[in-house]
Amino acid sequence: MKLSDDDEQGRLAGVTPAVELIDVVKRFGDVVAVEPTSLAIEEGQLVTLLGPSGCGKTTTLRMIAGLELASEGTIRIDGQDVTKLPATARDVSMVFQSYALFPHMSVLDNVAYGLVTSGRPKVEAHRIAEAGLARVGLEGLGQRLPSALSGGQQQRVAVARALVLEPKVLLFDEPLSNLDARLRRQMREDIRSLQREVGFTAVYVTHDQDEALAISDRIVLMNRARIAQDATPHDLFERPTSAFAARFIGEANIVDVEVLERGDVMATIAVGALRFEVAHRGIESPVLAARPYAVRLGDAREGLRGEILTATYLGDHREYVVRTDQGELFVTAPAGDVALERGAAVGVTFDLGGVVLVEPE
Amino acid sequence: MREAPRSKALRLILVGLVAYALLPWYAVEDGLFDPALLPFYPADFELGPAPWQIVLFGRWWLAAIVAPLVAPLAVIRRPRSDPLATRVWIASGVAGLVVGLGQGFLIGPLGWGIEAFDTWFGPIGLAQYGMGAGALVVHTVFVLYITNGLAARGFVRGDAFVVGALGVIVASVFVFVFYPVATILVRAFERPTGGLSVLVFLENLASAKVWLVAGRTLLLGLAAGGGSTLLGFGFALLVTRTSFRFKRTMRALTILPIITPPFVVGLALILLFGRAGAVTVWLSSFGIPATRYIFGFPGILLAQLLSFTPIAFLVLIGVVEGVSPSMEEAAQTLRASRWTTFRTVSFPLMRPGIANAFLLGFIESLADFGNPLVLGGDYDVLATEIYFAVAGAQSDIARAAALAMILLAFTLAAFFLQRGWVGKKSYTTVTGKADSGAPCPLPAPIDALVRAAVLPWTAFTATVYAMIVFGGFVKLWGRDHSLTFEHYEDVFRITSDLQLAGGAWDSLFTTVTIALVAAPLTALIGLATAYLLARQRFVGHALFEMGTMLSFAIPGTVIGVSYVLAFNVPPIELTGSAIILVACFVFRNMPVGVRAGLATLSQIDASLDEASLTLGATAYGTVRRVVLPLLRPALVAALVYGFVRAMTAVSAVIFLVSADHNLATTYILGRVENGDYGPAIAYSSVLIVLMMIVIASIELVLKKRDVGRRSA
Repeated sequence: MKLSDDDEQGRLAGVTPAVELIDVVKRFGDVVAVEPTSLAIEEGQLVTLLGPSGCGKTTTLRMIAGLELASEGTIRIDGQDVTKLPATARDVSMVFQSYALFPHMSVLDNVAYGLVTSGRPKVEAHRIAEAGLARVGLEGLGQRLPSALSGGQQQRVAVARALVLEPKVLLFDEPLSNLDARLRRQMREDIRSLQREVGFTAVYVTHDQDEALAISDRIVLMNRARIAQDATPHDLFERPTSAFAARFIGEANIVDVEVLERGDVMATIAVGALRFEVAHRGIESPVLAARPYAVRLGDAREGLRGEILTATYLGDHREYVVRTDQGELFVTAPAGDVALERGAAVGVTFDLGGVVLVEPE
Repeated sequence: MREAPRSKALRLILVGLVAYALLPWYAVEDGLFDPALLPFYPADFELGPAPWQIVLFGRWWLAAIVAPLVAPLAVIRRPRSDPLATRVWIASGVAGLVVGLGQGFLIGPLGWGIEAFDTWFGPIGLAQYGMGAGALVVHTVFVLYITNGLAARGFVRGDAFVVGALGVIVASVFVFVFYPVATILVRAFERPTGGLSVLVFLENLASAKVWLVAGRTLLLGLAAGGGSTLLGFGFALLVTRTSFRFKRTMRALTILPIITPPFVVGLALILLFGRAGAVTVWLSSFGIPATRYIFGFPGILLAQLLSFTPIAFLVLIGVVEGVSPSMEEAAQTLRASRWTTFRTVSFPLMRPGIANAFLLGFIESLADFGNPLVLGGDYDVLATEIYFAVAGAQSDIARAAALAMILLAFTLAAFFLQRGWVGKKSYTTVTGKADSGAPCPLPAPIDALVRAAVLPWTAFTATVYAMIVFGGFVKLWGRDHSLTFEHYEDVFRITSDLQLAGGAWDSLFTTVTIALVAAPLTALIGLATAYLLARQRFVGHALFEMGTMLSFAIPGTVIGVSYVLAFNVPPIELTGSAIILVACFVFRNMPVGVRAGLATLSQIDASLDEASLTLGATAYGTVRRVVLPLLRPALVAALVYGFVRAMTAVSAVIFLVSADHNLATTYILGRVENGDYGPAIAYSSVLIVLMMIVIASIELVLKKRDVGRRSA
């Protein structure tokens, strides 16, 4: 499945991955939440588990945390087999979607909690906690109760609480989904720069593709309890391997193609009357994924015959839905281009910079 | 790994060995801590730990317990989750329990515990008595061997503390709920001459009298369940849906029947409607002859309605408030009138909750023992019939057991109906989101009906409680109404040199002591169970829940009889001790602790526990630092309930009290049976006041540091 060339895998010679999952399976009764999955996360990386709800990403994260025990397979953290160890005994900490701040403890006590339970003297724990709060920009708020903080501040406390333990791996379970859009953007940049600065290894679960693209060193895209693709944000966007990946990251029109000729690297394909050459990537019976911006609408005499079904003006760009013999296509065009009216006949061509052959779904 | 499991495992084995070698194996009659016993330790027939018992008194079979106790030492050096090691731990635990319990049952106080063994192996010529501290610790250690092994295999996320707690609770529920009930099932087949026979059971079942009593019990249960539900529903509507002004007072009053010993309401009814009762006397001035009309069905029903209505009210107020006002507003914007809204939206939404209240009242009525005993007259119900079968002149255990099985079948049927049918059909959901909109006022005719039913009933209830206070000060009810302290002096006299000369002091101290011991235990085991149910997933979760809630559906009389039968003979010999009373209270009242805990835990996001675990706290640390502080309201509820129920219980303990450990309620019942209503009522009022004080102080102490809850 690994088609990308600059895809970094932790299993390079001699390097111990910070987290390693080997053929891990999770079943709840008869339901398989995670099919056999293998994954290695290199030290110092921020890896995102991305996917639609129910794809098994959170379960995978909870198995790394030790909040669920794997039904099969092996989990290693820093080379140590932790498969059967409870959460307490693993060198990880987690930032929760709901923050999970203890409502009956002050902010400082929350942050110092892990240090105190692991036996540090209280004074020292509080000193470290103060430093941790300062690190996330909340100095001086330690004596408040969590309920007295705003959502964004609560989230920072949760991060500080996890961070002061200096765990081998920091886990994030959709940490930003309870924040509004603007705060979300700000927080994800804060988390990313903190991660670069401190250099911790992080596993980050989200269902938001923008968040994943913005924050990750690597994205593990999951679908239906398996890994669909494991790549850098750039590769995932530019070279999706499947129709699912193409559609989930950015948008994509999926069009049936006929392979006319197959070379070493390139294949000649036909879409209706159009012929062009693209990399076949070794896929047996591919379909074409075309980004909305790579679909060109021009003179009706060229390319595929199409008819504009809807036309929407959105200020900085226009959106069209075009009916063709190959199905309906979703198209975006710069606002500066000539406006096309509903019902207009157009000729559809593809910009080769935005199309790629992928596995059908 | 942040802890050293090997040293913990070693410690566990050591605890087992020390208990085996040094603690008295058998129960010590005069209590373990009597200093006068010290000179006899350890080479004593009664006090000797297992090694002395083996060497000096020839109880060779106790030696067999050493093998499973030390077996895990063989794998102590292996890693925790090593498959062989976990298997050895589990096997040792199981073997230890089989050997330990097996020898206890096989060799009893008369030699072989099974008659046939005498013919097979010849008489053993040796005997042993009830197990004691040493045996208790050793068996607990065996349970922990099993749970340690299971935890290392990854059971319940591999947490030894959680699996250990689970194991201990399961084991104690088996000993104190399932084992006694199973004993009853067996004893129902016992012939008076010894030995078992199906005929005995069938004969008891075939008797017409049994089914007459069963029918009466059912009839009473239906009437009490239906009546209390109707009244409770009226109260709930009055408080939530009308402009009625004394709502807070109403809610406060619901605590009264909970702190009233169950038969005290019956006593007050006698003062009102008995042959010399106030109402009867007043009516006779109009030429209506005074009779014993209150005794029998009407009296019991009235007393039960007074007792159970507040409980139904508590259930139903949640149901009525659970109907979201926005539903009703939606209906009204859809052109439904108030009446149509109530009929088509509000009431159907409440219906499952109403059924629930009915079944609770039904179960309570079937289990009620105090009121039928005081007011029953000739109207026998199963609960009292069981008591007389055991305590009566003929003492027919098999008959008591058969009656108990019928009663148990009724309550269990209602219990499963309530869980299976009503539990699933509940529409009312508390989302935690603030719901805007005001609840819809009642349609005018219903409003009038509710007030017409509820307000007189409230007045009646107030009168009854006034009688309880007043009755304690009246010289001789119905004859001489001059006021006196005579009754209080009878029960609580203190002589001038501060001697406690009143007849009730002993029973009062025993009751309070036992209640104070039982309440924290009840809270502990109830909340621990709630925590396991709400926060942990494991194989057999549903069964575990069923098992722990089951004791709620077992009527007190059945529990009482079953405890007498199960714990009167070795290996677990507890009758006559205070321990059996404490155990009875703890396991009977535990479901309420479980419910309170579950309700509170469901409001606390599980991610709080998980956050604590991933921050390196152990499950034990998490419980202590995070869960327990947040559970404080449930803790208060469980403590209060555990205490109050222990103070007011009658039905189960009437079988279990002894001369040394008499309880307040049984003392009062004794006085009632002698016709001493004055002292009985005086003592009851003192109990009620005492409980109010205790409840207030528990709340004060535990609620002082309020939890900073998220207010936004």
